Amino acid sequence: MTAVALAVRSRPLDTVGSWLRRNAWTMGLIGLLAALLVFTKASNPNYGAIGLQGLAISVLPLALAAVAQAIVVIAGGIDLSIGAMMAFTNVTAAVLMENSGEQAAVAIAIAIVVMGIVLGLINGGLVVLTRVPDIVVTLAMSFVWAGSALLVLETPGGGAPQWLMNLVIGPFFNEWIPKAAVVLLALVAVVWFPLRRARLGLTLYAIGGNPLAAFRSGVAVGRTKILAYGLMGLFAGLAGLSLSASTGVGTPVPGPYTLMSVAAIVLGGVSLAGGRGGVFGPILAVVILQLIRTDMTLLGVDTNAATVAQGLILIGVVMVGSVIQLWRARS
Amino acid sequence: MTLTTTDLLLEATGISKQYGAVAALKSASLAVRPGEVHALMGANGAGKSTLVKILTGAVHPDSGTIAVRGRPRTVHSPSEARKGGLVCVYQEPSLIPDLDLRANLRLTETPLEPFRHWLHELGLEDLDLSSLARRVPLASLRIVDLARALAIDPDVLMLDEMTAALPANLTERVLDAVGRTRGGERCVVFISHRLIEIAAVCDRATVLREGETVGVVDVNAGSEERIVELMLGQSVDQMSATTAHPVRDRTTQATPRLEVRGVSARTKLHDVSFELYPGEVLGVVALEGQGQDELFDILAGSERPTAGQLLVDGREVSLRHPADAIRAGLVYVPADRAEALLMQRSVRENIAMPFTTRLRSWGLIDLPVEKQRVDAAIASLQIDTRAQGEVRRLSGGNQQKVTIARWVAGGVRTMLCFDPTRGIDIRTKQQIYRLLRDLADGGAAVLLYTSELKEVQLACDRAVVLFGGQVVAELAATEADEPALLRAAYNLRSEAPLPEDVAAAIVAQEASGGTPDAGATRQPEILA
Repeated sequence: MTAVALAVRSRPLDTVGSWLRRNAWTMGLIGLLAALLVFTKASNPNYGAIGLQGLAISVLPLALAAVAQAIVVIAGGIDLSIGAMMAFTNVTAAVLMENSGEQAAVAIAIAIVVMGIVLGLINGGLVVLTRVPDIVVTLAMSFVWAGSALLVLETPGGGAPQWLMNLVIGPFFNEWIPKAAVVLLALVAVVWFPLRRARLGLTLYAIGGNPLAAFRSGVAVGRTKILAYGLMGLFAGLAGLSLSASTGVGTPVPGPYTLMSVAAIVLGGVSLAGGRGGVFGPILAVVILQLIRTDMTLLGVDTNAATVAQGLILIGVVMVGSVIQLWRARS
Repeated sequence: MTLTTTDLLLEATGISKQYGAVAALKSASLAVRPGEVHALMGANGAGKSTLVKILTGAVHPDSGTIAVRGRPRTVHSPSEARKGGLVCVYQEPSLIPDLDLRANLRLTETPLEPFRHWLHELGLEDLDLSSLARRVPLASLRIVDLARALAIDPDVLMLDEMTAALPANLTERVLDAVGRTRGGERCVVFISHRLIEIAAVCDRATVLREGETVGVVDVNAGSEERIVELMLGQSVDQMSATTAHPVRDRTTQATPRLEVRGVSARTKLHDVSFELYPGEVLGVVALEGQGQDELFDILAGSERPTAGQLLVDGREVSLRHPADAIRAGLVYVPADRAEALLMQRSVRENIAMPFTTRLRSWGLIDLPVEKQRVDAAIASLQIDTRAQGEVRRLSGGNQQKVTIARWVAGGVRTMLCFDPTRGIDIRTKQQIYRLLRDLADGGAAVLLYTSELKEVQLACDRAVVLFGGQVVAELAATEADEPALLRAAYNLRSEAPLPEDVAAAIVAQEASGGTPDAGATRQPEILA
């Protein structure tokens, strides 16, 4: 009883404290990002609003891919076909939109998002029905989706309507607020936040964290997993559209998005074992990874050396983060 | 051969082992002569398995000495014990499921010829050694384990519940093989819950109780009662007399909340029937592996019975998924918290997970109302939530309270508790008993399996006893003292057919037409 009374009395401080403790990883990433921004500005005084807009537009596809990957991994799976799915949706959009009117393009954009969901549901359905491990199914499906993309469009081409490009390129009211960032946050706010607070959100964490406990608590584990893949597909489709929007064409060969999305969620504090993490950490991680690359380009580091450095930094950051967590858990 | 030290082949004295706050062994001793079959007896949790693991080097003792043929010996690992002539066949088969039997034998460097010889002696000469271990039926695996142990001709052979999974014909062969050790240079330490087997092959019995050796008995005609007495001890209960609750009269015309009618599950349960009434706590008592796991899995909707009916409030229900059971008001509290909780999530989310607190299943969760219910459940169970955030940071007792709270928060109709106080401190235990009583007093029905016989009189109105997958006794709480329960659990006074006979019949039936490993998990073979 005294414990309950204590908790009641000291609630406001307690809640802030426990909120910070629960989101320590994200807070650390924000700190790291702030430090990187300061460093960028210091080493290159010309970096400003334009640089920020460039940063936002370049991270948008990967950020959406990272959100997609985070949802699946939280639910205890992993999807290695995200990059191929993005290429497939991207070229389909480019081909359909090339000669369509502005009005029709809106319908096509919606259809592409639905297509993403369907592709995700297919992946999820195969994982659940065949009971083949997620990693195997999605690796196999990555070939299927990549091949389909090449069947739709063999060489880069197609088009995108102006409104789609205007949606993400340029500033939003103030030159310091890039449209791409607003779009990204709006999408996450519309899809992820309601979900996080609804029954489905909790079941996603439940099946990832402890499938047996979830099953015993009456959760339909298989169905929830399929839904997680559907959500992943939704964000992968949006990522494919964002490629159309930022490049204006369709590219059939998948970019490095699959493995980068895995790297981003690991850096973003999502446990690969499932059941832990959120989507904000991964988004921050994507921005950090991109900013590190930009900085190295600005400093004149050789591109190949920059790639090597990026990998080492990734290991270093995750390792330091884990050591800090371990150390905190001990004390 | 002149020294007296050779009188004993194996001698262990003053063995103790502490697991956290729980003392698995306090001062256990065991002395075995050459040419002897020696029974190691004790109720659940008395420390038999821990002692065997210590003797074979799988677990390191906190204190105590072990001597083989008079020479002190410390064994650091099972393989070292093996080289020193100490071999154990554990309760679980120790073969690697994805290797064939021959590869498994190579792994332990078992000589093939003696192995074949023993396999022949044990009645399995036609076993194909090139078949994968996971395709071999459980009973045959146990025999392979035994033949593998016998093949290296150990000085001390320990058999931990060897016969528990065997049909009668194989049990007989095993007992024959064990009996042949008598009078030779070697010895067998035999652990079994079946007093009949002890009487058939053992010379002496060492009895453990609560981690201590309480007596050594020569096995003969009248020794069964003596062994049971020793297992119980004098300190039968210090608590029950004061805390026992008045037994209520059950109105016979009331509809049972839950009625189990002739439920069977493969070889594990046979025609189990009982009723559970609102307002009562019904205890289930059984030795390990008598079908209680299957019974609770069936009631919780995790498994389906092969025969029989379940009636909730007089209506038949079919439970295909735990969600069905929860909807029917049957909620399950497992012994292992890790099977019920999301260790990495908060107390709130864990309590909310079964969605019994939810006002809506679609749309946004009504957080304030949910919080109210969760807080009420936390307060009523006195869960210490100072360690906010992840459930894994709570103590075991508080974790167990969370597993109960998550059902209490939504209002309980029927609670199925499977050994809910396992590994929990005494204060929390008493809180849990009181909570179960309060739930029953509030009109809920509680089914409580417990491995601690004391709990029956503390928390239950009556108890049913399972043995070999059958209900062999039903006792009112007043008569369900420890001796009575233990006698019933060992099926000492019952006309029921022996479980091995029933199991043998079913195995024979399955061998003629069924699949041997329907219970085993199959690995996907796409990469093979």
